[in-house]
Amino acid sequence: MLRIEGLQKQYRTGDAALRGVDLVVPAGEVIGLIGPSGAGKSTLIRCVNRLVEPTAGRIFLGDDEVTGASRRALRRLRRRMGMIFQEFALVERLTVMENVLAGRLGAVPFWRSLTRRFPPEDVRNAFATLDRVGLLDHVDKRADALSGGQRQRVGIARALLQDPDLLLIDEPTASLDPKTSRQIMRLIGEVCAERRLAAVVNIHDVALAQMFLGRIVGLKAGEVVYDGPSAGLDATVLTRIYGEEDWTRTARSADGEPDDAAPAAPAPAPRLLRAAAE
Amino acid sequence: MAVATSYPDRWRRPPFVARAWLRWVLYGGAVLYLVVAVGSVEVNWARLAEGLQRGARLLAGFMTPDFSSRWGDIVQGMRESLTMTVTSTVAGILLAIPVGIGAARNLAPLPVYLVCRAVVALSRTFHEVIVAILFVAMVGFGPFAGFLTLTVATIGFIAKLLAEDIEDIDPGPVEAIRATGGSWLQLVDWAVRPQVMPRLIGLSLYRLDINFRESAVVGIVGAGGIGATLNTALDRYEYGSAAAILILIIAVVMAAEYGSGLVRRRIQ
Repeated sequence: MLRIEGLQKQYRTGDAALRGVDLVVPAGEVIGLIGPSGAGKSTLIRCVNRLVEPTAGRIFLGDDEVTGASRRALRRLRRRMGMIFQEFALVERLTVMENVLAGRLGAVPFWRSLTRRFPPEDVRNAFATLDRVGLLDHVDKRADALSGGQRQRVGIARALLQDPDLLLIDEPTASLDPKTSRQIMRLIGEVCAERRLAAVVNIHDVALAQMFLGRIVGLKAGEVVYDGPSAGLDATVLTRIYGEEDWTRTARSADGEPDDAAPAAPAPAPRLLRAAAE
Repeated sequence: MAVATSYPDRWRRPPFVARAWLRWVLYGGAVLYLVVAVGSVEVNWARLAEGLQRGARLLAGFMTPDFSSRWGDIVQGMRESLTMTVTSTVAGILLAIPVGIGAARNLAPLPVYLVCRAVVALSRTFHEVIVAILFVAMVGFGPFAGFLTLTVATIGFIAKLLAEDIEDIDPGPVEAIRATGGSWLQLVDWAVRPQVMPRLIGLSLYRLDINFRESAVVGIVGAGGIGATLNTALDRYEYGSAAAILILIIAVVMAAEYGSGLVRRRIQ
């Protein structure tokens, strides 16, 4: 569903955030993108919907090329990519319903969005999605009246209302407590499975990533240094991604107990990339 | 466990000007200039004494405000001033919103930004009194010149502060709305407007206050309103009427202040 070829991004300050990333995410697969701060995780997913303009490389959503798309075509492509944010990025003074309906903005004309008169099927869909994420009682509340976990559920509902093919998820749990983090990760896994969505999840918490995601891509200094099953994240691999540290208590070695929380998707064989040679 | 090195027990904040001689020259020069400047102000004691007498008469007049003898003029001036205030505030805000959006660097492309910033700078360059003199020369005496003056002043004021508020908004929702594929207009309506609306309402009410006060000032240079009435009263040494007018201005300003305070507390 998502194909990235030789993606590079150099910021105007001269920092090379991405140095030739190749990545394929088939429909229905949720991948975790891990790596140290500054490795380019946020840049990578923002290049996919061109909130950040890539310097070089090509990105395809299905058969359509995102890179080089005209402004109008880009808006149409963005409709097919839902985005979920670390700080939720809700419009706090708007109601929960408005925040969810914002997912339809790319699909409705301006006057409809201005007068908040969305098509009936959008409204019905919004109610159904709010029911799915468990917020049906909070429809008319203002977004800033909700707790962190509830806000992220609104963020998820907004992304789902776009009826996307792909979800771009930037640190969905970094602002949440451990229990809520698990609930949110579980919810993301479930809705992606229900709708056969491809998703890229930036995540800092390695243990959480291993618990809920089948395939992990490790990014270091703008390059992919690991692409394989989450069970393959052992101390060696974590050292390659993050650098030297005592990983024995973080990594669940590949020959340990199988992780029953990870989705049963067939995990691709570990492909040890460039850095393996170092 | 003894402390091996001995640490100093004295510490002074580093001076603002590091070089001592430069510090003395700068501070000494400033004091010297101040002394010389105060010395050069010529105080005419005779006129000051005369002025004190006139001031006393003015004060005496204010002790006995006279609402009745010029009541018709006062009502008309007040009506003109209020009309001028409301119309120029509304027109100014309506024109200021597009300018303010255009003057926000995070929403507008560079050429639009520069044009809008120029509009803001231009309308803020001159004080209302000078603008009023210009408009009186252009469209003649009367409240229409006042309306134009206050509209221009309102555009500069609201557009500048609105633009700064827009530049300060949380970029998260903006990114989120862009990511949904929303258009620029939808971005403004969904991500920007909710974030700046309380401040815009507060600023507008504040500007309403200011415009009423300014309407009294621009009247003095011929742009109509209560200021013209006040000017006439002072020219004729009718301190009682002048006092009545000032009391009414104070009353209206206080009422506006109280009213806008109420509204501002209810939004947010």
